[in-house]
Amino acid sequence: SVQAQKEEDNPEKTMDVNGLTPVPDSYDYDLIVIGGGSGGLAAAKEAAKYEKKVMVLDFVTPTPQGSSWGLGGTCVNVGCIPKKLMHQAALLGQALQDSRKFGWQFTEEVKHNWMTMTESVQNYIGSLNWGYRVALRDTKVTYENAYGEFVGPHTIKATNKKGIEKLYTAERFIIATGERPRYLGIPGDKEYCISSDDLFSLPYCPGKTLVVGASYVALECAGFLAGLGLDVTVMVRSILLRGFDQDMANRIGEYMEEHGVNFIREFVPIKVEQVEEGTPGILKVTAKSTTGDQIIEGEYNTVLLAIGRDPCTRKIGLDKVGVNINEKTGKIPVNDEEQTNVPHIYAVGDILQGKLELTPVAIQAGKLLVRRLYAGATTKCDYVNVPTTVFTPLEYGACGYSEETAVEKFGEENIEVYHSHFWPLEWTVPSRDNNKCYAKIICNIQDNERVIGFHVLGPNAGEVTQGFAAAIKCGLTKEQLDSTIGIHPVCAEV
Amino acid sequence: GKNEYDLLVVGGGSGGLACAKEAAQFGRKVAVLDYVEPSPRGTTWGLGGTCVNVGCIPKKLMHQAALLGSALKDAQHYGWNISQPVHHTWSVMAQGVQNYVKSLNWGHRVQLQDKKVKYFNIKGSFSDPHTVRGLTKAGKETIVTADNIVIATGGRPKYPTHIAGALEYGITSDDLFWLKESPGKTLPSFILYVSLECAGFLTGIGLDTTVMMRSIPLRGFDQASHISKKKQICFTTQQQMASLVTEHMESYGTKFLKRCFPTKVEKLRSNRLQVTWKNADLNTEETDSFDTVMWAVGRVPDTKTLNLETVGVKTNSETGKIIVDATEATSVPHIYAVGDITEGRPELTPTAIAAGKLLAQRLFGQSSELMDYDNVPTTVFTPLEYGCVGLSEEAAVQCHGSDNIEVYHAYYKPLEFTVAERDAAQCYMKMVCLREREQRILGLHFIGPNAGEVIQGFALGIKCGATYPQLMKTVGIHPTCAEEVTKLRITKRSGLDATVTGC
Repeated sequence: SVQAQKEEDNPEKTMDVNGLTPVPDSYDYDLIVIGGGSGGLAAAKEAAKYEKKVMVLDFVTPTPQGSSWGLGGTCVNVGCIPKKLMHQAALLGQALQDSRKFGWQFTEEVKHNWMTMTESVQNYIGSLNWGYRVALRDTKVTYENAYGEFVGPHTIKATNKKGIEKLYTAERFIIATGERPRYLGIPGDKEYCISSDDLFSLPYCPGKTLVVGASYVALECAGFLAGLGLDVTVMVRSILLRGFDQDMANRIGEYMEEHGVNFIREFVPIKVEQVEEGTPGILKVTAKSTTGDQIIEGEYNTVLLAIGRDPCTRKIGLDKVGVNINEKTGKIPVNDEEQTNVPHIYAVGDILQGKLELTPVAIQAGKLLVRRLYAGATTKCDYVNVPTTVFTPLEYGACGYSEETAVEKFGEENIEVYHSHFWPLEWTVPSRDNNKCYAKIICNIQDNERVIGFHVLGPNAGEVTQGFAAAIKCGLTKEQLDSTIGIHPVCAEV
Repeated sequence: GKNEYDLLVVGGGSGGLACAKEAAQFGRKVAVLDYVEPSPRGTTWGLGGTCVNVGCIPKKLMHQAALLGSALKDAQHYGWNISQPVHHTWSVMAQGVQNYVKSLNWGHRVQLQDKKVKYFNIKGSFSDPHTVRGLTKAGKETIVTADNIVIATGGRPKYPTHIAGALEYGITSDDLFWLKESPGKTLPSFILYVSLECAGFLTGIGLDTTVMMRSIPLRGFDQASHISKKKQICFTTQQQMASLVTEHMESYGTKFLKRCFPTKVEKLRSNRLQVTWKNADLNTEETDSFDTVMWAVGRVPDTKTLNLETVGVKTNSETGKIIVDATEATSVPHIYAVGDITEGRPELTPTAIAAGKLLAQRLFGQSSELMDYDNVPTTVFTPLEYGCVGLSEEAAVQCHGSDNIEVYHAYYKPLEFTVAERDAAQCYMKMVCLREREQRILGLHFIGPNAGEVIQGFALGIKCGATYPQLMKTVGIHPTCAEEVTKLRITKRSGLDATVTGC
């Protein structure tokens, strides 16, 4: 009877069963967005502005450890937001130390309570999940907490938590399913290790932690865990922050090492075993050297895997509708209008091939796409000179070329790198490092010394970098930089 | 005869030192005179000028101390087990700050030495257009002659001497940063940003602080006020921004006595100070006692003892500041002036430094580049900081007419305030643009944490002629406060709610 119900609801399916090619004269929706994250929600809300009938499908497959979360995607639930809040908690720990030198008095050693922090963070995230649901409702976007997959060129099957399936049709689709953390594929990884998907809602303090990976996720997590007073080790296969300016990456690593994070370089874990159960328990990690035969072992309360993320594109029926994906990476290639090889199917966000995995990029792309589809706009998403910030203990803000890429593209003799160390005024009185904060700009000599790369390492790097990104978008040259007066005393004036 | 030096700089502050050191780079014979006349309270300090000793530097450090006080409160929400309330000890902070300042004094002396600039700790005055006579503290006379002379003597705080007891019992910012003991219950009486900043950090470190103001907040905030002959642009703070800043301070704990002005200050037997004031609104006279009364009613250019009349250097009759042209030249050939002492220029360290350097480059380095005083960014370091660059809304309306400008604005909430349960009611930003096709950005104003860091990069953009569409194309960095600038969409004109909601 469920089957009969379905067919009744969907004339297309009925016609298919009857051997007729379905040519529906009206779809259920103008637009179905698969994935309720940064890109998906931005696109959906924008489409609703143009009075389109929109549906958003969002579903979170629980992690191997059982973690799950609400509407909003990675950024809100297990990315930018909780990450920055925990980073802030760690920075406050440092502020506590500094404050003594500024006259604040407290004799006791201050300890951190993981549960208090995590509860506050999760409460805030809950309010965001709620806010999104309200926003969708207010803009009359239909939302279903269901797993969407293509079953026909214009048909999606949505399966909810209870396994109930529904079919929906739409004229156009936007795939915005994002990514999930990768596992190592070694014994014990899924059983005993956690990922960033679990960390931010972990109901117990992770204790002595081994972070596997050298991505910004790995370094940011290692950074704030150490800042909260935990014993942290980072196991790195080769280089830090692949794809980022390596000079800056090394400085970040150095700073972390000098401030209590242990690094094990050129090793990869080959198995994880449980020594003792508990929350946390004790895990034994065996690792092998990448340069020889050496094997090492270590015991940790928690093992956090941060070795990369994989797009959620393999199990959403893309083969049924002929959408090409990169078989190796799972990413979806699109043209400069975010269109896949199937004209009425688009994609935005982390799943795109060759684009940056950043929330603001996904949001921008989603919004502009929808405006082009429904509001006659022509503006395309500008992926050039997108600024970014890594929220490691010493923050790193960047926009434009890394030094290596600039040299590669323009030739060493055609670029000029201006650089400087600086000592934030706020670090003087508490005697913090005076030679760690650093800034550099890379200029193209042949193009009027145009600034093509900006890098800063220091407090509030994100706040500092944002304005420079705007300036770079305006074609900033070294001369213009020189003629701009600094605000004194701030870090950005360097 | 031949003058002893190529360049003599009178005043070893931001502008003076920058000019001297730059000139030395060109292999010139340079001398610097610096002398600090003790304040009425007897406070004095070393080489480096206002910024280093009694301005930007100690101010920002004490502001930081206050911010750390807030951080301690936030920390609890983030899981740190720290028992409240935490107490602050002035002398520990003061010593930390004063030691750092002294290291800067030392650093400047070493730098001058390294660059072979001769330094005299003497008080100079003109004998003739190429000769300056100086007296050491001990009364020994030195005569210095130079081809070119740059006056960079800066300013000193004004005392409202018409108020009985003001001079005898009050202090100024010159003294505040050097106090060895806590100022206790303080009354900064103000018009300027100096007072708000000081009141802000004093409150932040736990002191009972009241600000007395005659009229509206930040009126005549001339820190970045200048009149450009080219464009007649005048930058004064936004009334709106000023209100938001003071509103925040009020919720933060600073008391305000608005539309009041003091009439006398007397010393009580307990050594406290009794202040009597008139309340203009209620037309009453009120009184209260304080440990410290701090005047921040403006600064006067330090020209009294220079003997400028002898050599004919013209000053503005109203302000007393030295009149200069676009090349920093005074009315007397070979005599120049830079920094706070010059008429119509922003009273800011970075502009003094830039002007001083460029002047040296023009005098000795065959450069012809003039100082550009347009679009100078600045920040007021009140508890909730206010950073800005370009025109205020009022100035833009005045220059272009309200029909020709568009103001985009937003109330936002810094992510870090959420878990800390901090009120973000005054976190606000606005961008003033021209309405016509290009939509060039005329001014940007931001209230929130790290305002200086946020504004600096955008100042560069404005220098490049940034337009609203260009800013819209700039992708934000997430999650930061600055990204909200790139997301400004709601105009004041639309009347729509400008509160930012969610991601």
